[in-house]
Amino acid sequence: MSTGTPAKSTGAALVLGGGVAGIQCSLDLAEGGYKVYLVDKSSALGGHMAQLDKTFPTNDCSMCTLAPKLVEAGRHLNIDIVTNSELTALEGAPGNFTATVYHHARFVDPDKCTSCGECVPVCPITVDDQYNEGLGERKAIYKLYPQAIPHTYVVDKKGYAPCKSNCPVETSAQGYIALIAEGRFADAYRVAAEPNPFPSVCGRICAHPCEAACTRGSVDEPISIAGLKRFVCDTAGPTELPDKLPVTQSEKVAIVGGGPAGLSCARDLAQLGYATTVFEALPVAGGMLRVGIPDHRLPHDVLQKEIDQIVGLGVDLRLNQRAGVDFTVDGLQKDGYSAVFVATGLQTSAPSPVKGDDLDGCLPAVEFLRELNLGNPPVIGDRVVVIGGGDVAFDTARGAARLTPASSKAPAVTIAYRRTRAEMPASAEEIDEGLDEQVKIEYLVAPVEIIGSGGKVSAIKLQRCKLGEPDEKGRRRPEPIPDAYFEIPCDTVIFAIGQAIVEDFRSGLDGVAVEGNAVTIDEQTMATGHSGVFAGGDVAPTGPLTAIEAIAAGRKAAANIHNYLRGEQLVSLWTDSLAEYRPGDAELAKVTVEPRVHMPEHDGAERRRNWVEVRTGYTEEQAIAEAKRCLQCAVCSECMECVRACGPGALLHEERDSERQLAVGAVVMATGFDAHDPGEHGEYGYRRYPNVLSALEYERMLSASGPTIGDVLRPSDDAHPKRIAFIQCVGSRDQDHEYCSSVCCMYANKQALLTMDHLPDVTPEVFLMDMRAMGKGFDAFYQRALDRGVKFIRSRPSTIKEDPLSRNLSIDWEDESGHLHTSEYDFVVLSVGLEPARKAQEAAGKLGVALNRHGFCELREYAPLDTSREGVFVVGPFGEPKDIPDSVAQASAAAAKVMTGLADSRGTLTVDKEYPAETPMEEEPRVGVFVCHCGSNIAGVIDVESVTDYATKLPGVVYATDNMYTCSSDALTLIKEKIVEEKLNRVVVASCTPRTHEPIFQDTLREAGLNPFLFEMANIRDQASWVHAKEPERATAKAKDLVRMSVARARMLEPLYKVDVPLTHAAVVIGGGIAGMTAALALGDMGYEVHLVERTATLGGHVLEIDRTLRGSKPAEFVAELEQRLVDNPNVKIHLESELRDFQGFIGNFSSVVVAADGKRTPIEHGVVIVATGAREERPTLYGLGASQKVVTGMDLEKMFAADDPALAAAKSVGFILCAGSLDDNKPYCSRTCCAQSIKNAIRLKQAQPDRPVYVWYKEIRTFGLSEEYYTKARELGVIFTRYDNDSLPDVSADGALKVGYRDPYVGRDMEVAPDLLVLATPTIPSEGNDKTSLLLKVPLTAEGFFLEAHVKLRPVDFSSEGIFLCGSAHYPKGIEEAISQAYAAAGRAASILAKPALKAGGVVAEVDQEKCAACLTCVRVCPYEVPIIDVATKKAKIEAAACQGCGVCVAECPAKAIVLHHYTDAQIFAKEEALTMELS
Amino acid sequence: MADHDFEPEIIVFACHYCAYAAADLAGSMRLQYPTNIRMIKLPCTGKLEIIHLLKALEAGADGVYAAGCMEGECHYLKGNLWARKRVEYAKTLLVELGIEPERVEMYNMSSAMGARFAEVANEFTERIRQLGPSPLRGDGAALDVVPATVAATAEEGQPT
Repeated sequence: MSTGTPAKSTGAALVLGGGVAGIQCSLDLAEGGYKVYLVDKSSALGGHMAQLDKTFPTNDCSMCTLAPKLVEAGRHLNIDIVTNSELTALEGAPGNFTATVYHHARFVDPDKCTSCGECVPVCPITVDDQYNEGLGERKAIYKLYPQAIPHTYVVDKKGYAPCKSNCPVETSAQGYIALIAEGRFADAYRVAAEPNPFPSVCGRICAHPCEAACTRGSVDEPISIAGLKRFVCDTAGPTELPDKLPVTQSEKVAIVGGGPAGLSCARDLAQLGYATTVFEALPVAGGMLRVGIPDHRLPHDVLQKEIDQIVGLGVDLRLNQRAGVDFTVDGLQKDGYSAVFVATGLQTSAPSPVKGDDLDGCLPAVEFLRELNLGNPPVIGDRVVVIGGGDVAFDTARGAARLTPASSKAPAVTIAYRRTRAEMPASAEEIDEGLDEQVKIEYLVAPVEIIGSGGKVSAIKLQRCKLGEPDEKGRRRPEPIPDAYFEIPCDTVIFAIGQAIVEDFRSGLDGVAVEGNAVTIDEQTMATGHSGVFAGGDVAPTGPLTAIEAIAAGRKAAANIHNYLRGEQLVSLWTDSLAEYRPGDAELAKVTVEPRVHMPEHDGAERRRNWVEVRTGYTEEQAIAEAKRCLQCAVCSECMECVRACGPGALLHEERDSERQLAVGAVVMATGFDAHDPGEHGEYGYRRYPNVLSALEYERMLSASGPTIGDVLRPSDDAHPKRIAFIQCVGSRDQDHEYCSSVCCMYANKQALLTMDHLPDVTPEVFLMDMRAMGKGFDAFYQRALDRGVKFIRSRPSTIKEDPLSRNLSIDWEDESGHLHTSEYDFVVLSVGLEPARKAQEAAGKLGVALNRHGFCELREYAPLDTSREGVFVVGPFGEPKDIPDSVAQASAAAAKVMTGLADSRGTLTVDKEYPAETPMEEEPRVGVFVCHCGSNIAGVIDVESVTDYATKLPGVVYATDNMYTCSSDALTLIKEKIVEEKLNRVVVASCTPRTHEPIFQDTLREAGLNPFLFEMANIRDQASWVHAKEPERATAKAKDLVRMSVARARMLEPLYKVDVPLTHAAVVIGGGIAGMTAALALGDMGYEVHLVERTATLGGHVLEIDRTLRGSKPAEFVAELEQRLVDNPNVKIHLESELRDFQGFIGNFSSVVVAADGKRTPIEHGVVIVATGAREERPTLYGLGASQKVVTGMDLEKMFAADDPALAAAKSVGFILCAGSLDDNKPYCSRTCCAQSIKNAIRLKQAQPDRPVYVWYKEIRTFGLSEEYYTKARELGVIFTRYDNDSLPDVSADGALKVGYRDPYVGRDMEVAPDLLVLATPTIPSEGNDKTSLLLKVPLTAEGFFLEAHVKLRPVDFSSEGIFLCGSAHYPKGIEEAISQAYAAAGRAASILAKPALKAGGVVAEVDQEKCAACLTCVRVCPYEVPIIDVATKKAKIEAAACQGCGVCVAECPAKAIVLHHYTDAQIFAKEEALTMELS
Repeated sequence: MADHDFEPEIIVFACHYCAYAAADLAGSMRLQYPTNIRMIKLPCTGKLEIIHLLKALEAGADGVYAAGCMEGECHYLKGNLWARKRVEYAKTLLVELGIEPERVEMYNMSSAMGARFAEVANEFTERIRQLGPSPLRGDGAALDVVPATVAATAEEGQPT
């Protein structure tokens, strides 16, 4: 609380984990006056609970209970939801931490995304939907689940696919492949052509580094990426010239060289708005693509089409312009070109090093190909030898082979290469096609001399080589073998051994440094030393590039020229790439081998006689089949289809991961659990047998919103199963998991019951070791399953076998008497355990939070929320496996812990939104209607314009318009403007659902000075366009009806005001046991006045009776310390031997009287009450208890330990009967704590005298969570455990010698032992006086007499009456840590009320018309929250606005119609109904 | 009796937390159902009064139903049970008026049951289609048309 002195701590907390516990903790903290950063690793809140169908033991719909909390957290002004993020570091001290949060890019701007979902259908990437546990599919752009908060989409992009990251121009190959697979060829073409002006060319002759990198290559063969590109260009390339682009920049740019580099540069510059001129020396453009590659590989017309597309943009192409001859670079600059790009290529061959190369018949390859491609084929002989091993050598050889004189047979062509095929730089296709065309290849030969005769070539002398050591490039060096010479007779030798710069270029490049065959450039900027002159392509920086590298160089030059000319405006290309990502080995192992679809080609012998393109291209079917082989490595392929579909422009593909530093006072880890992966248990066949599912998968299958819409289907054949088995403890209570996961018994029980709802003919069978129904209502739930016929088999099967034909599953199992059985099922569900979340363990490591040997967070005794790092708390299953209510209670508890630690900074960082005062409104309704298109979500079905037009004619409507997205910020601004301009006093928005969007629009109204209750929504999307997509006319008619009904109601709306109700910042805690003491101290530490009212003369309660805890400490010492802190706390008033009476009032404003034993009455005003009245041990007359001194209760035994009773040492053997008087018709519930307590004492007795027999007879062993280890230990020590049930109770005779007769189910015999001491674990029963407290506070009790909380799952420490809370064993039997947790939870919940300066009351609440009220008590009787009272003074009913929940039951039941529920008045409802069939006049 | 050209007008009263959310989910799942229903949202079906059911018919609806949370799962504890009681009572009133009681109904569904919402919409629309237009429909000429059930009873009473 701000006291004027500056706070020492930071009034903010970081909650890690957005599951139900994290959400609850955040809400409590935010309501309690703290700024909260709620950080979650996934893209939306909800955690595992959002995946659940139902929750045990009530079978409530999980989403129904969770969704309101999600929405509340999503809307809270002081909760900053940070999704896709991890906590990576925490520096500083408790109270003042700096947290580092690493944010994984979402690629969608949450402020712009309207969640319209237009991006989804266009996304070509489909992957397994993890929300549905892989049983369904989703797109790469997705929302985690329909109700997800934040309500925005996210892109699943793991990086760049190898094809993209290995492409010099970063082509999204995976993107166009995915689009081809969907048959969307035009879209695919766009993706292929966007980064590359020569897609058709590259589809044919690209060196395709993408294919070398393709992940599929490590499975079978790479995808035919280039072939698919060619297909899509041939199929969907442009058929017309493009429109000329406008010149928008004042500078002109000259490009020297019309090859791939120069033309690519020209295209990009034209797109950037520059007037660009390309100077080309040859009479044709295209550079080496045109004159270096013959037609059979790249038809000239294919290339020309793409050149035409570039020139068509407005590029000025000037042919026959030779640098150094017709112009110089200097001259170009003088002519007004502000920048020059030199991309002249290497247009001549490197000189040959061989003697005799001046003979007639020796040709350089570059010149040979140029002449050939310009239509002047050089004359060659019948026998040709080509020296070299690159693509040029092959183009030459294959070109030469085709130069068949009409009269003769085709020439014999030999390629001579110094190394082997493995080192050959030519592409594999070239080599194979060459060989097909009967080109001969001599490997490992070096030319020595060309032998002539008569000035003409007659042969070539070659020397054989062998491979030596690798050179600097890693290629093995050829080493000539001495004297291994041989000759090949020939008449033509063509050297294809490299290219060189044309000499006369040098003179045209004055001022530009040329070194060897390369222009010197800065590799980053591509600038030469000459200002304004850039160079790239083959001419710079290093010798011959592939076509795609030349294109990349040209594009990079264009970006740099633009940067140079614009100065400040940087265009970046390929500087911010994502890391390469490919699926891991495990995923690849699942891929089915499926070889590449090879592109058809003409016969080799046939084609060497013509210039027809060798490969014929894919057919549509072939292309789609090949495209479907793609593994979609990176998930999102950056095809950018979503960008095109997104109306609000919310996509942010350029977003990158980022880090954020947050100043917080405390951290709460609510990091949840990982479900055990049963794939690790090979014996159950999970993943191998399709009909074996994990429980989480089955949960999704049961869910009405799941992949099968709630239909239970066998995955192998989609049939309804007839025999279903559940196997318990999969990943629990085994060698790797020495703990019980606490929840599986109950969730299996739930799933078995739900199975019977879905498939009434099925009788589920559950294999289990113990039924751990240790929570409130759990045993009754188990009983329900038994009553409905679910079969529970006490056995732990070791294997499942599958019949490969029927896919049925057989389970071998051993019953309790050791007999073996085999049962067959057609469906098996594995009840997987809870493991500590791996991500949480990582975070713990970074935070310095210690883990225990199980990998859960290490917790101290009596401090169930404190981690090893001060100021960092843990809640939920990361501390120990636990269920939802326990986790939710811990969440509130951690909030309380934070609040006590940061008491001085409460309210320092929270904000309240300020609104303008409401402007007085016109009396007559003036309705404004805003109809939303929601992109095409609504407008694609409903005629929005017609609905809008219709709205203008409705009575009261003074303004109507339609918006593309009514929730976008510009539309909200428009609403505000129109409210002012048109004096609107009612607003109707026809769009989506008020459940998500009403608050946004109401807020807009308030910002415009209009009361937020003067707003009405017509849901024409979720409830019209989406569900009537095939009936556009009728959907439009329905939309009109909905708008008409909404306008009719809007006219009747009235402004409502929430008023401040003062609040007393004090608490009363009833009960001075460990729970009450803890709650009181927590509130006292937070600075609130607390009255702790205890009936007896001492604090501590029943815990003091326990000698030692499981861990071996003395609780009395902890209680003493707690008591001292309470005494020392000035805010806490302890009232011993006192009772609370005369309780009245409502939340925030209670008044009571504390009456002491001496009759002294102390009136107390308080805002909240906490009930912590505890429970007690029953002493039933059973098994000789009370009759024999040798028969004692668990608490008696504790006292004996405490007193060091000699009877303990004297006992030669000891027996324990668990569930003595429990789990029967009399006490059908479990007392939860006695198993662990009894086993602890059994261990203690055994350890004291290891030879002493210790027997434990039990109905169930319920050592849930980590206490399982005590059970294991007891068995290891030799404690003898024997199960019994209600039909075979132990037979105790206690008169005289103590004897216990029992039946041993395994040996099948009756046994008898004679222990010297028999300890009974008797039931824990409600405290005396619960009835009185229940009546006093008007809060309900369960049938057993414990207090009944408001909601089992979500409000475990609240009563349904506001302002009253509950903790400890008053709720249900609790262990010490659980009681402490709950006590903090109650304090946290109470503090979320006390933190407010005043309560807000009003709005949608019921109000009594005093005139009409007949004080008939109907409302008093029907209100589920006991809010209405009959006012003593007026004798009329009174409903306190601050306490009313707004359900309206009283209104509907009031016989005098004296109560109104504001915002849902009769007039408003009637108006809507009457408008249904109203005709417009 | 079924008139397949007859498009009934149906009003649905849905509670905020479950049925209204289920309807939204049906939308998210793109489940298609007849266009005949018009929804009125209430905080809880516990607020639904008998007069609202009757008024819907009087205003020209051919059928009206309430959709609340699953029994035992009401966000206001028991509102849906009150609603069921009132729907049952409204049926008895309709019988007295000679109107088919099937024109009003009570359904329960959770917010995750989008498919159930669509199913109910289909089921109820079909039911009303079978029943034909409400006898209360038209320009105030209430009960001018003899209700089907009444007519049937009359015919049975005729001598053969």
